[in-house]
Amino acid sequence: MSEIDSRLQGWGYASVSDKIADIVLRRPTHWIWGAGFLVTAAGVAALFGAMVYLFVKGVGIWGIDIPVAWGFAIANFVWWIGIGHAGTFISAILLLLRQKWRTSINRFAEAMTLFAAGIAGLFPILHLGRPWFFYWLVPYPNVMELWPQWRSALVWDIFAISTYLIVSLLFWYLGVVPDLATLRDRATSRAKQIAYGLFALGWRGDARHWARFETAYLLLAGLATPLVVSVHSVVSLDFAISITPGYHSTIFPPYFVAGALFSGFAMVLTLAIPMRHFFRLEDFITVRHLELAAKVLLACGWIVAYGYFMETFVAFYSGDPFEIAMVKDRFFGVYGPAYWTVLFCNVALPQILWWRPARRSVWTLFALSLFVQLGMWLERVMIVVQSMHQDFLPSSWGLFIPTRWDWIILGGSIALFFFLFLSFLRFVPAISISEMRRLVHEEKTA
Amino acid sequence: MSRYGVLAEFATPERLVEAARKAREAGYRHIEAYSPFPIEGLAEATGMRRNWVAPIVLAGGFVGCIGGYFMQWYSAVISYPINSGGKPPHSWPIFIPVTFELTVLIAALAAFVGMLFLNGLPRLTHPVFNVREFDLASRNRFFLCVRADDAHVFLRSLEPIGTWDVPA
Repeated sequence: MSEIDSRLQGWGYASVSDKIADIVLRRPTHWIWGAGFLVTAAGVAALFGAMVYLFVKGVGIWGIDIPVAWGFAIANFVWWIGIGHAGTFISAILLLLRQKWRTSINRFAEAMTLFAAGIAGLFPILHLGRPWFFYWLVPYPNVMELWPQWRSALVWDIFAISTYLIVSLLFWYLGVVPDLATLRDRATSRAKQIAYGLFALGWRGDARHWARFETAYLLLAGLATPLVVSVHSVVSLDFAISITPGYHSTIFPPYFVAGALFSGFAMVLTLAIPMRHFFRLEDFITVRHLELAAKVLLACGWIVAYGYFMETFVAFYSGDPFEIAMVKDRFFGVYGPAYWTVLFCNVALPQILWWRPARRSVWTLFALSLFVQLGMWLERVMIVVQSMHQDFLPSSWGLFIPTRWDWIILGGSIALFFFLFLSFLRFVPAISISEMRRLVHEEKTA
Repeated sequence: MSRYGVLAEFATPERLVEAARKAREAGYRHIEAYSPFPIEGLAEATGMRRNWVAPIVLAGGFVGCIGGYFMQWYSAVISYPINSGGKPPHSWPIFIPVTFELTVLIAALAAFVGMLFLNGLPRLTHPVFNVREFDLASRNRFFLCVRADDAHVFLRSLEPIGTWDVPA
């Protein structure tokens, strides 16, 4: 019997339902949650303030210029959309592979996906010189009789990102509906009964409804699976179909997808470890879960490392002087320290996961996950900025130096993410109750 | 009919499946089963024959795929042809990303909306909600509702935890 099963023994349908539902309905607010909420709310206020200033003054408040026209905004976009990959991977691909251990982590990982992808979607709009015209990317009947340019990767991007957001939202919400019905039936105050009742859509657990629900859920998982792989592939095409050395590379789609899963699983650990600790969910999110996530992290880390290696190898193998110059600049140029930090955080450090005690040490994993976040963010900055600052003509070389507005918007986006996640923990069950009940049932009949 | 039906409460999913099967064998045609999580074979036991969700999703996928490709072809070849990098107006490989995304998008919307439509949801009020004990259907109890006036005696013979009238 596995560790996950043994920790579920002693739980029944009622106790599992009450435990998870009461985190939302009854449990008093912990002071650490309150402190986190206040701090992140302040960060969100700073973000909105900086956005207003950005809209008034324009993108010149950032460090971007020619040749580095894409700065933190695009790096943050790529980073956040990457973090948004693990949720759908866990929910969809692990569902199709019948990995039972996903049950207790899929709900919050999907929420993480939604928030990260939503924040990611904000950045290209902030980055537009005239953000009020962002809807020109969408095909709609207009008096100018214009159509989007289908041969532009940026148009593919808006289709990929908005499809991903909508499908992730549908997938998440579909899974939440039965749990909202549980909250509706268990809530004691009239306001909560009405609020949860409205969002539960009148779910009553009819057997025929469950049958259609299951089919729809499974098909959504099947649809989301190629979607996960496609989103970051399309994002990588923004770079790969241009001719800039450092962007123009066929390894980019798989390399970006692996990096996305890598940072996403790191974020799952960053969120799961404090959550299981503060809400006493150790029986549901066991050390075994963390260990499995660590193994996925290690595997993705190696694909990312392969991407780094191939980029360098192909640059020299091609014999193209501009590609070779770019790689030399990446190693020893002004942004060199960023590259070596990336290798340290993403390639060297995760190797401790070969060692079993490290995989099972909660705080080692938490610390490592923060290093991986840093490494992946620096990698995105390195790709976006370092590739562009020295291209074909030495006369057009330049530097990108982030301004305080770059940092405020980056910090603000992180605050917004945690603000949304903290709110989620108090309003929606963080673990799927109906799936846990089914797990308890399988446990009893096994 | 003065009432919606008769509701019986059971403690385990196995008892509920058995009860549903017996109710059908006893000749009751309109039966509904309620459970806090999906149970294998329960829908069939209540007489559900065809699940239309999958065909609806397939149709949605076709609409998204053909519609998405047609939109790009129409705009790039008929409505607004422009020469971009010397590529032909109908440069099909480059239309694939948007076609793929729209296929997934419309199929996913069809799955969600189709599931709700076939289930008759959202429906915020339903007669079974009028039974107080039914709150447990989303927690730990399993209910069988037989849509007949005379089902009390039959349902009691299945030894449920209790039976209740469901007012219409």
